[in-house]
Amino acid sequence: MTLETSETEKRGWFQRLKAGLTRTSTKITGSITGIFTKKKLDRALLEELEEALIAADMGPATAARLTEALAKDRFDKEITEQEVREVFATEIANILKPVAQPLVLSDREPHVVLVIGVNGSGKTTTIGKLAQNYKRAGKNVMLAAGDTFRAAAVEQLKIWGERAGVKVVAREAGADAAGLAYDALAAAKAEGADLLLIDTAGRLQNKTDLMAELQKIIRVIRKLDPEAPHSTLLVLDATTGQNAHSQVEIFKAMCDVTGLVITKLDGSAKGGVLVALAEKFKLPVHAVGVGETADDLRPFDAEVFAKDLMDV
Amino acid sequence: MFEKLQERLNGVFDKLTRRGALSEADVDEAMREVRVALLEADVALPVVKDFVAKVREGAVGERVVKSVTPGQMVVKLVHDELVKTLSAGEGVEPGLDLNAPAPVPILMVGLQGSGKTTTTAKIAKRLFEQRGKRVLMASLDVRRPAAQQQLAILGEQVGVKTLPIVLGETPVAIAKRAIQMGRLEGFDVVLLDTAGRLAIDEELMSEVAEVHAAAKPHETLLVADAMTGQDAVNVAKAFKERVNVTGIALTRVDGDARGGAALSMRAITGCPIKLIGVGEKMDALEDFHADRISSRILGMGDIVSLVEKAIETTEAEEAERLAKKMQKGEFDMNDLAGQLKQLQKMGGLASIAGMLPGLGKMQKQLEGRVDDKVIRRSLAIISSMTPKERRNPDLIKASRKNRIAKGCGMQVQDVNKLLKQHLEMARMMKQVSKLGQKGLMRSGMAGLMKGGAGGMGGPPPFGGRR
Ligand SMILES: Nc1nc2c(ncn2[C@@H]2O[C@H](COP(=O)(O)OP(=O)(O)O)[C@@H](O)[C@H]2O)c(=O)[nH]1
Ligand SMILES: Nc1nc2c(ncn2[C@@H]2O[C@H](COP(=O)(O)OP(=O)(O)O)[C@@H](O)[C@H]2O)c(=O)[nH]1
Ligand SMILES: [Mg+2]
Ligand SMILES: [Mg+2]
Repeated sequence: MTLETSETEKRGWFQRLKAGLTRTSTKITGSITGIFTKKKLDRALLEELEEALIAADMGPATAARLTEALAKDRFDKEITEQEVREVFATEIANILKPVAQPLVLSDREPHVVLVIGVNGSGKTTTIGKLAQNYKRAGKNVMLAAGDTFRAAAVEQLKIWGERAGVKVVAREAGADAAGLAYDALAAAKAEGADLLLIDTAGRLQNKTDLMAELQKIIRVIRKLDPEAPHSTLLVLDATTGQNAHSQVEIFKAMCDVTGLVITKLDGSAKGGVLVALAEKFKLPVHAVGVGETADDLRPFDAEVFAKDLMDV
Repeated sequence: MFEKLQERLNGVFDKLTRRGALSEADVDEAMREVRVALLEADVALPVVKDFVAKVREGAVGERVVKSVTPGQMVVKLVHDELVKTLSAGEGVEPGLDLNAPAPVPILMVGLQGSGKTTTTAKIAKRLFEQRGKRVLMASLDVRRPAAQQQLAILGEQVGVKTLPIVLGETPVAIAKRAIQMGRLEGFDVVLLDTAGRLAIDEELMSEVAEVHAAAKPHETLLVADAMTGQDAVNVAKAFKERVNVTGIALTRVDGDARGGAALSMRAITGCPIKLIGVGEKMDALEDFHADRISSRILGMGDIVSLVEKAIETTEAEEAERLAKKMQKGEFDMNDLAGQLKQLQKMGGLASIAGMLPGLGKMQKQLEGRVDDKVIRRSLAIISSMTPKERRNPDLIKASRKNRIAKGCGMQVQDVNKLLKQHLEMARMMKQVSKLGQKGLMRSGMAGLMKGGAGGMGGPPPFGGRR
């Protein structure tokens, strides 16, 4: 085949795809009128809903299973699309409700929260947000700049500390993160702080050596408090697709994750993978990030999340 | 979940091996599993749908290689199409295009935390160390705390200069100052790192559009995380529309994500994936290889290599068979069809001629003259013949010619032309076999071309203008 031919073919495919996308969006507008007209719940409508779930990152298996289960008693009944979507949203909310649990602080002094996750997921920002929230609630908060690897990660956390008006324990870049965490916990104990939030460097879950470093941090702070960390938060980026399964699975196995925070839900990503995660791992989801400022942290609300997911 | 998928796939692919062409049912059954595999790999739904439709269209009727199941054959075809789609296309240089007057501005864009700053510094290091460029970096990120400092520190680490930070400056002003400094101080390349932004954040999207308008970058790289899910389409579409992305840098390929976002973004933007990030260190930047990512996205590498092996074996057997026939002076329409299909796959006569020593001149003549359409038409005519006619083309006389022409929607003279070409080739085959060069025969048409070049002197068969 000559080069020219394959190029035209390729362009043709992109064009078609573009047209397809336009079609999809026209379909969405079109269905706004169609959405309130009653019709039989048929295969076509179900397929559309299943696709909506897939497009929200729910994963093909979960999307198919949910669609089937939800359709079971309603098949062939007269129902509007709006109604089906609402039914779906309710069912999804029911799956998520058990995991919608706020972060509860113990009366340990300090309650130690270790914040972990892959690179760039929003750990440092989430710590900044939590610090501000708890400080406002009258808690004595301290931060530990445990990301000693990434350039300017310490400076970034220091700025968040300044904004919240809380103390940041830090060492120079390249320092041992476990040692720093130990120092920070010692300082927090000495000060009688209520809450110590420990930032960590981002790491991909398949890097065994980096995961071992996290375990070392935990081992070392346990010398000061055998029950620390009292909470271990895994920060997930809502833009992430099915790899979130692997993230939760491995971080949980390695570090005993106690809860999740989902960030960047202010974007167009829906974070649908959370539904499967909730069923599989049953980890509490404490909060969601909806922006880059300190005020952009919300408690996780199963109903709101499910409604967003189903566009109702 | 992944294991379950593999099990299911085995269910489909363990079916009896069968010779012959792929039926619609074969293809549909396998494509259902492929669709799931692609979705599990985070390829975005609209892209999956189009891709599946495209492969399906091409796969129905394809020959199933011996000792391979139809399902396995489909997987191989899917893999090939993936590689083709993900490749930048022939003639496109890998890596960054710096073909513009210095200082060449390069703009880095993407979502929050996707790896823009890290990738900027990695690129700077690479351009400086491998291509000897004088590079200036500037951070336009006035939002994320210490973002400008981050780039400054990385600049020191890799030995690349960064634009001095002026507090309170807008991104557009920083971009202008960077380019000005690049010009005044004789830099070759100016890398502009920007703040992360969501595709639906109108305020920030118009800010980056302004930066784009002011800096007029020669390359605009969309930096995207290999773990990105379905949102990849929205991101790619929005950035392509607003800042005319020219290439993609995929980060965190060192993770265990299947990386379907690569296909989504490639499809939506039409831009090549230029670079991949494979770690946090400054040298963890590599050129993109379509075949590696394809295997990863599809996650069926075993099946693909199994089919490749089978194809190799079959091709060797085929060549052997052909060589034997040629020695006996037999060369029927089936053989011609086989050779034509081979040609189609190999990329035209011109490229084959280029592969043979001493045929450079001929390659020039052939260039632009070999048309896939001609090959396809010839194949259509052959497929319109009965098996008997194919085995014995001498049978084809007037009435048969009429029927064949009708069957493929062409003229009798087209059929005549093909028959004449076949005769010529059969004659050449005999010549070649007389020479007894077994090695040549093994390479089929390619070997033939060499014989033809000496023996005929005229235009080779199947050369024709489109
Ligand atoms: N839009 C948005 N951006 C966020 C959110 N959380 C974090 N970010 C941004 O994501 C980027 C990476 O965040 P950071 O906290 O540094 O990630 P880390 O590497 O996990 O510590 C920064 O640009 C943050 O401003 C969120 O909820 N919404
Ligand atoms: N493992 C890995 N980490 C990366 C890669 N590229 C960037 N990172 C990390 O991702 C995080 C965010 O990167 P950064 O460049 O600050 O992202 P930005 O917000 O888009 O500028 C940092 O922790 C980087 O070290 C990569 O290819 N592999
Ligand atoms: Mg951080
Ligand atoms: Mg940055």
